[in-house]
Amino acid sequence: MDELPIIEARGLKRTFKARGAKGKLIEAVRGIDLTVRPGEIVGFLGPNGAGKTTTLKMLCTLLEPTGGTATVAGCDLRSDAVGVRRRIGYVSQAGSTSPEARAGEEIISHAQFYGIDRTTARTRGQNLLAALDLADVWDRPCGSLSGGQRRRLDIVMGLIHQPKLVFLDEPSTGLDPQSRANLWTHIRKLRDDFGTTVFLTTHYMDEADNLSDRILIIDNGAIVAEGTPAELKQRVSGDAITLTLRTAADAEAAKAIAAGLPGADMPIVDGNIVRLHATEASTALPALLSELVKAGIEAIGIETKRPTLDDVFLTLTGRSLRD
Amino acid sequence: MGFFRDTWIVFSRAMRLSLRQPLWVLIGLMQPILYLTLFGPLLVGMANAPGFPAGDAWQIFVPGLLVQLGIFGGLFVGFGIIAEWRSGVIDRMMVTPANRTALIAGRALRDVVVIVTQAIVLCGAAYFFGLRVPIWALLVGLVLVGLLGAAFSFISNAIGIATKSEDALAPLVNALALPILLLSGILLPMTLAPRWLQIVSDFNPFKHIVDALRALFRGELMTPTVGLGLLLAVVLVLLGAWIGNRVFVQQTK
Repeated sequence: MDELPIIEARGLKRTFKARGAKGKLIEAVRGIDLTVRPGEIVGFLGPNGAGKTTTLKMLCTLLEPTGGTATVAGCDLRSDAVGVRRRIGYVSQAGSTSPEARAGEEIISHAQFYGIDRTTARTRGQNLLAALDLADVWDRPCGSLSGGQRRRLDIVMGLIHQPKLVFLDEPSTGLDPQSRANLWTHIRKLRDDFGTTVFLTTHYMDEADNLSDRILIIDNGAIVAEGTPAELKQRVSGDAITLTLRTAADAEAAKAIAAGLPGADMPIVDGNIVRLHATEASTALPALLSELVKAGIEAIGIETKRPTLDDVFLTLTGRSLRD
Repeated sequence: MGFFRDTWIVFSRAMRLSLRQPLWVLIGLMQPILYLTLFGPLLVGMANAPGFPAGDAWQIFVPGLLVQLGIFGGLFVGFGIIAEWRSGVIDRMMVTPANRTALIAGRALRDVVVIVTQAIVLCGAAYFFGLRVPIWALLVGLVLVGLLGAAFSFISNAIGIATKSEDALAPLVNALALPILLLSGILLPMTLAPRWLQIVSDFNPFKHIVDALRALFRGELMTPTVGLGLLLAVVLVLLGAWIGNRVFVQQTK
């Protein structure tokens, strides 16, 4: 399938005038290229202040780019912003409803902006609410919903006009772990059941990891890496292996053996402990153990750790995502 | 076409939310009613004092209260739009194909409806105190109050959305309201003022609007005073709408 990309951005750029300092410009986004294909879930991962929300707001027509071009849902971002607006859904991290308003009223009023009549809006809204486990909230004030329910209501609002592309800005911020897991299930369903393309920003690596088909890592206003979660993790020098042996002498001997593993880096000995990285710990370990036994060395402990997206970020930028 | 449809969508949503909290509408009415009951009787004794314009005390005082209602009723709506922005409602609407001007015009229309309703209640209450005006004068007066309300609603919404901070809006509203109030002869007619104060107040458009409303309540219609007041009110609405629209469009710049 060679479908046209649903988002295609080239050199997208946004500078702000700095407050206070005259004439000083802050480059929030420094020329981003990105391509999203229909039906993908793309995670836009980066620390706070990296330019995620700025990029998202540009793609959603909430902020005009100061440079570059983009086509979103088949419409040119600059010359046909209204066309883009008709075709996309946007779920802001700030929410979308007034606490005093009833959920159903907000849904209908929002749908009317897209020219959808009340009856259709009600049917669609109730179906979407049911699909997101919110069947009984129609007449409830939005302010009475729990954090997780309200976020799902925001998603219902964003989907009422059946957009092919939906933007989610930090969808699980502020939710408890159970609500997050539940939200992720629903976001996956959007794609699986409705074929919606999902572009989400997050600063949680577990969220990006769990949800995305493909991840774009942004730092300091530029995309620094791109790939599936697995591909990105392979960029890190592999899985971390920690071997614990009986003596320091054993450790020295084990070091030599471990260095021969496929894709292994230079092992580091620390007393009776050997640390190294190898491309595939799960397949490397049996071989390593049998080599050790042959050499008459007994390992008393083995630990392996798969790389996380945080390791990827650390390798790419020298900083941790958590900072 | 899209503008009117979208204005109606924004208006009916905002109206529904206002009706759900009638307490705020009542609180908004409290101030003019208090002025009417607690300050009005003071003027009755003064109406024969030298320098007091023609007409009885209520024909002079009620127009001032109506103008005050239009100004203050509109000026404080900015707090509401900041709350809406904070809950993501404004951005949510800006991402739809809705007409930008409609997003602010629909809100201003709601404010006009609330203010004119309050003005009708106020005039009803004033009737019991002794206000007697021709019904056509009352209707033109309500139009004038509605225009003022619209102008200030546009301006307050614009400041609210531009600053996005209650802490910035509150002093700005006060800075606007106090000189307007003092220099417009809302409470006491400017004819009582010394010469220099009269000259200063001549530069305040709201003084002329109050004068126009007082002239209407005296039974004038086709006079320069009424015409100037109405013209100024229309200009203020257009200016407010222009500023409001500009601020909303500027949001995405």
